[in-house]
Amino acid sequence: MTDAIQLLVGTRKGAWIFRSDAARKTWRVQGPIYLGCIVSHLVLDPRDERTLLMAAATGHLGPTIFRSTDSGETWVEASRPPAFPKSDAPDARAVDHSFWLEPGHADEPGVWWAGTSPPGLFESRDRGATWDSVAGFNEHASYGDWCPPEAGTPDGALLNRIVIDPRDPAHMYIATSSGGVFESCDRAASWAPLNKNVETVFLPESFPEYGQDAHDIALAPTNPDRIWQQNHCGIYRLDRPSDTWERIGKAMPPEIGDIGFTIVPHPHDANTAWVFPMDGTDVWPRVSPGGLPAVYRTADAGASWERQDKGFPAAQGWFTVKRQAFCADTAKPVGLYLGTTGGELWMSDDEGGSWRQIAAHLPEIYSVVAAPLR
Amino acid sequence: MIRVAIPSQLIAYTDGATRVEAAGATVGAVMEDLDRRYPGLRFRVIDEQDRVRRHMRIFVGRDETRALDRPLQSGEELLIFGALSGG
Repeated sequence: MTDAIQLLVGTRKGAWIFRSDAARKTWRVQGPIYLGCIVSHLVLDPRDERTLLMAAATGHLGPTIFRSTDSGETWVEASRPPAFPKSDAPDARAVDHSFWLEPGHADEPGVWWAGTSPPGLFESRDRGATWDSVAGFNEHASYGDWCPPEAGTPDGALLNRIVIDPRDPAHMYIATSSGGVFESCDRAASWAPLNKNVETVFLPESFPEYGQDAHDIALAPTNPDRIWQQNHCGIYRLDRPSDTWERIGKAMPPEIGDIGFTIVPHPHDANTAWVFPMDGTDVWPRVSPGGLPAVYRTADAGASWERQDKGFPAAQGWFTVKRQAFCADTAKPVGLYLGTTGGELWMSDDEGGSWRQIAAHLPEIYSVVAAPLR
Repeated sequence: MIRVAIPSQLIAYTDGATRVEAAGATVGAVMEDLDRRYPGLRFRVIDEQDRVRRHMRIFVGRDETRALDRPLQSGEELLIFGALSGG
C-alpha cells in the first residue's frame, strides 16, 4: 500500500515542494518558494494536514517564521517570531535562526515548538503566529553550562531537535549541539541532562554529564520508550526507563565508522533504523566514506548493520547529508528520502534496497520532510 | 517626517516602495514607526536586544550609525542597507 507523498525541502536559497503520484514514481515540483531565503525547516502540521510552517532568514535580515494554509501558494509572516527576552547584559542572546519546527502533541492543536541558534526553545499556541520564549530551558540556572557561547557548529550552536512523547504531551526531549540531550517531564518547565554513557572526543572528560553534540534523536514510533541517537561521536540507543545509552554504532564496519548527522527510525518496526555514515576521521571530512554513498540499516536494534547502496554513485560520490535532510514516509513499503549539500534529492521506495535520484541542481539542502499528500 | 530609503531586501514589506516616510525623533523611533506602517520590518533589521543586525547598515545622511538613540532632525534622511553577507 502506498499513498502520494509530498517532500518539503528547505535549502540555503529557498524552499521547494515535490509531490508524488500514488505509487511514488513521478514527482511534480513547486518552487522556488522565497528564493534566496535560508530555509532551515519546512514542516506540515500532521494534525490538520494543511498548515505549513517555514523557518526562514536571509543573509541580511533577521529570522522569522512563515505560515501557509493553501499548500504553499501564499504565506503570512509570524507577527512575533521567536526572540529571547530583552536583557541589558552586554552579551544578551538574540535568535540568529530558527532551526527546528515541531508540531505540538496531537492533543494540543495549535501548539508548535521551535528550536533555535543560539540554543533556545520557543512555543507558539496560535499555530505559529506568535512565539514565546520557554523560560524552563532558556532561563534555566544551568543554561550557561549547557549552552556555553564558545560551543557550537560552524553556523552556531543549536537546539536542533524537539521530540514529544506521543503518550504524554508533558514528556519531551530536546537535542542540542552544545549540551547533548535533555528531558522534561513537566511540559518544558524544567529539564535535566540525559547523556549517560555518550562519549565526547572534544572535551577533557570523555563521558560528561552534558556537553555532547546530539546531532539527531528520534523515538521509535511503535515503541516511544526507545530513543535512537546519531551523535557527533557515534550511534546510540536508549530504552527507557534506563538512562544509560548503548553505543550500537560499535557494530558498524570499522572502515565506515558510526559518525553521521541523521538517524531515521522505521515507522512500523521498533528494531529497525537507518543512518547515513560520514567520514569522521582525522580532519572530519563529513562526506561519504571513500566517496561511496551508502545508507546502513539495522533490523535488530543495532546489534548488526547492513549496507544499502544500490543506485548510489559507484565512485566519486562525496555526499554530505545534514541533520534534517534524511527522513522516511509511513507507507508500506517505507519510502526513504535524503537531500545532499550538493543539491541532490534521492529516494528509495523499497526501504533502502535501491536508490534513485529524483532531483538535482538544487541549492545546498538543509532539510527534507516527508508528509502525506491528500 | 523623515525620509527613509528601503533596500531591496525589505521591499516585500513596503509593497515595493524604495522610498517611504516615517515619524520619529530618533533612529529607534523611526524604526518603530516604520514597523507600525509595515508590520514585521523592524525585527528583520534590529534584533530583540535592540542591536542592528550584523549584516544590516543604517545611515543618517552620510553618517553610519548603529545607535537607536541617535537623534534625527526633520529633513534628515535615514538610509537602510543590506551589507555584504556572502554568497
